[in-house]
Amino acid sequence: MRTDVLWELTSEKVREELKKGQRQSKRELDEGREAKLEVGKMENAHGSCRVWLGKTQVIAGVMLQLGTPYPDTPDEGSISVGVELMPMASPTFEEGPPREDATELARVVDRCIREGKAVDFKKLKIADSNSAWVAFIDVYVGDYDGNLFDACAIASLGALLNTRMPKLEKKEDGLKVVKGEFHGKLPVDRLPILTTFAKIGDKILLDPDQAEEKAMEARLSVATTEDGYISALQKGGRGHFSEKEVNGMLETAFEKAKAWRKSVKS
Amino acid sequence: MKEEIQYLSKQGKRLDGRKVDELRPISIQTNVLHNAEGSAYIEWGQNKALVGVYGPREALPQHIQDPTKALVNFVYRMATFSVPDKKMPKPGRREIEISKVLGEALERAIFLEKFPNTTIDIYAYIFDSNAGTRITALTAAAVAVADAGIPMRDLVSGVAVGRAGGQLMLDLTKEEEDAPDAVDIPVAILPNSEEIVLLQMDGLMKKEEMKKALEMGLQGCKQVYDLQKQSLKERYALEDQEEAPAEEERMEAQEADFE
Repeated sequence: MRTDVLWELTSEKVREELKKGQRQSKRELDEGREAKLEVGKMENAHGSCRVWLGKTQVIAGVMLQLGTPYPDTPDEGSISVGVELMPMASPTFEEGPPREDATELARVVDRCIREGKAVDFKKLKIADSNSAWVAFIDVYVGDYDGNLFDACAIASLGALLNTRMPKLEKKEDGLKVVKGEFHGKLPVDRLPILTTFAKIGDKILLDPDQAEEKAMEARLSVATTEDGYISALQKGGRGHFSEKEVNGMLETAFEKAKAWRKSVKS
Repeated sequence: MKEEIQYLSKQGKRLDGRKVDELRPISIQTNVLHNAEGSAYIEWGQNKALVGVYGPREALPQHIQDPTKALVNFVYRMATFSVPDKKMPKPGRREIEISKVLGEALERAIFLEKFPNTTIDIYAYIFDSNAGTRITALTAAAVAVADAGIPMRDLVSGVAVGRAGGQLMLDLTKEEEDAPDAVDIPVAILPNSEEIVLLQMDGLMKKEEMKKALEMGLQGCKQVYDLQKQSLKERYALEDQEEAPAEEERMEAQEADFE
């Protein structure tokens, strides 16, 4: 089992290779891993998606529930994202309710999708009623080999894309969901893709694996849409970025998001 | 008026076409996770579960350690979207109870005395369900523990036997469990010795019928055992194939040395 000492040795090796401009994984600095998706397998879920990003593995599911819109947005539904770091995913993941890592993951994925307007919340409002759909997206991390941010974002989007709308029935006391029956799919208008960069020394890497995350000083996640918008930014870690580095990552993010967007669409 | 549901047709077919002693389709893959020391992914009918195992590893905090044997920590959880009506993420009392009985079921199968002061952590999460999830989780967990190389007396094989529409049957679906006279009996054994390590019952049944149900259940467990063994064989067969070329190279190198 890996201890801190072993991770320090691994980090040393990662940094050494990078000084020569190489990644241990033999990937280019701006090369992400292939994202493999398996969609719609979970039958009870309204939508689901299992993602492998290299060895990182996550499973996302979507459930639509009727809710009451917030008073300041009376004609809109919403999303709610949760992430659970299952203890099976890493020897260091502990049992228990989500703490700061899982919370940060969930909130960044939420912003990527919400601000990126992947789903038009107005389309979630149910006509002639006081109700709207809330899409609950829950992502479970099963295997950790770096970059949970992008894996969770891809899985969430993949799950939304195959989400079926529960059938509704108008009753005297309001709207009721007809169990087990569906009518149409959740409309997804846009595909905001999250791309995460790690800084190690003076090098910036796209899609860090576990060894690279252990060696990194800082990370930046950038969500981009296909029509040229940035829909989320999140810097993490104790290190720092220069303005030039940030601008560089913004450029790269748009370009490199394309491959993952293609995987999500197919 | 509600139609009478026929849980068993005159031709001996259940609602989904199965015979009374027939299990739903089961597929088990091992070694599906890289960090976990042992792992398995199972599909049992509609049920789908992922299991990861760590251990034996140091049991912490220290005061929980047992100086005579390893502890077994079985964590059974259901994903929010694994059930038709979204579930709260927080584990409920049902999951806590199931975690306890499944952990106890596995304890007998593992040589716990070989690993004092340690814990064996088994994490089984359900991602889709249709009756029989605890059996699904236990079946995959036994395979995952073996996959981790933890020494075991035997695997643990389980099945849910029960009754619907007056008929005893194996591996009930949710629809069958909704029968007015339904009885659900999850049972699991160490197949070679037939030691019963899990037994629960939910319903109302007379003693004679229960004995028949138990007999049917044990037979069902043996069917599951064959599938579990098969999944482990496949895992090690692959390993052998991967090693064969390396073995040949080594032998050639050795021969070269002798010339």
